[in-house]
Amino acid sequence: MLARRIIPCLDCDLGVPGGRVVKGIEFKQIRYAGVPWELAGQYYQDGADEIVFLDITASSDRRETMTSVIKKTSLSVFVPLAVGGGISSLEQAREVFNAGADKVTVNTSALKRPDLISEIAGKYGNQAVVLAIDAKRRYSQEDGRTAVQTDEGPCWFECSYYGGREFTGVDAIAWAKKAVSLGAGEILLTSMDRDGTKLGFDIPLTAAVARTVRVPVIASGGCASAEHMLEVFQKTDASAALAASIFHFQECSISEVKEYLKENGVNVRI
Amino acid sequence: MKIAIVDYGMGNLFSIYNALEYVGGNPEIARDPRELAGAKGIVVPGVGAFGSCMNQLSRFSGPLLSCYQQGVPMLGICVGMQVLFQESEESPGVPGLGWIEGKVVRLPEGVMIPQMGWNSLSIKRPVEILDGICDGDMFYFVHSYYGDPRDRSVVAATTEHGVELTAAVVKDNLFATQFHPEKSGPKGLRLLENFVRSTRC
Repeated sequence: MLARRIIPCLDCDLGVPGGRVVKGIEFKQIRYAGVPWELAGQYYQDGADEIVFLDITASSDRRETMTSVIKKTSLSVFVPLAVGGGISSLEQAREVFNAGADKVTVNTSALKRPDLISEIAGKYGNQAVVLAIDAKRRYSQEDGRTAVQTDEGPCWFECSYYGGREFTGVDAIAWAKKAVSLGAGEILLTSMDRDGTKLGFDIPLTAAVARTVRVPVIASGGCASAEHMLEVFQKTDASAALAASIFHFQECSISEVKEYLKENGVNVRI
Repeated sequence: MKIAIVDYGMGNLFSIYNALEYVGGNPEIARDPRELAGAKGIVVPGVGAFGSCMNQLSRFSGPLLSCYQQGVPMLGICVGMQVLFQESEESPGVPGLGWIEGKVVRLPEGVMIPQMGWNSLSIKRPVEILDGICDGDMFYFVHSYYGDPRDRSVVAATTEHGVELTAAVVKDNLFATQFHPEKSGPKGLRLLENFVRSTRC
């Protein structure tokens, strides 16, 4: 049986030489957390099942910085590496694969041009394309939207792009389904309502998407404790849980989280 | 003491190169079949479809076979394991290397395909290359098909994903894994270290 994965996410600001890992709060404020490949190495040693690098600056002139981050990381980190942020063409995807990435994550560019998903999947395989969705709850009733029951009443989820700065009107659950049909092999699902709040994952959102698609769903946004990880694994079919700040700021370690999950009956790699 | 990584144009070889170097091996990328001569060990990686892998690999098949027959330790990884079989449901009509009798078949309906993630091994044969690796240890898999050997005695380890499937095979100096040791953390490195050691005998 496949293990549930624990994935640390490194949001990288590549505007400084060599890049640095930062943590945004509710997609806005920024705190400095460390050097990308050093943090990745620590997390690997501590039992990370995979590492995600997101280029939050996402400008093309910094692509070289990202490829050097991946190259340095892959010298001593032997778990899958996923890279995202500003990848908008097959050529850009090729650059990060050639640097040693196993997967690319796409968001904005895929919303603008869904064929990007099939282009990358056609060349590198479905397993190499992760669709990232930044979803926000909308409580207004609208036709054609996938309604999800929550403690706060029924809502639908709207996709955001440009790092949470703009909204698309696109229904997140329908988009997940479509992206999978185009070749996305995995969904990285971030709740904008929960991101940075430390309130735990958005369970109704995660459950709804994981029920809808037959590819792994990575839950993201709001995780502040091992208990939150346990909750998302007990209440949804999420294949993986992603977190950033709880690991960056030593609130808990990956190995502690995994021990806790194992004690509570979750199948994890120790 | 070089270990040749067969580069037949299917996917990047960074990870396996870095991992072999990390565990003290001396890897070299072999783009030309002639570069296999004198190798103390050979790694056959592989991503993508069985048919296109076999297409690209065909120019290496003669030299690979003679290395195999000479007893050079060999390690196939993922599709690099599948090509050892006679054929695959993925690419009907395309013959594999055929060193292992049997067919590559698709994972059963009803499970997540591709299988992607960490799964545990059940060890069937305690061969040297699995030294230090125990039942239940987890390795990283990414695949939609798996090899089903006619002779079950070549099965070194299995895993469960809808069915009990072959995770590793062993035959003479040949060892092959459906999982990716180079992406499987410390346990994967241990396996590669064992392989590197076998090339020094």
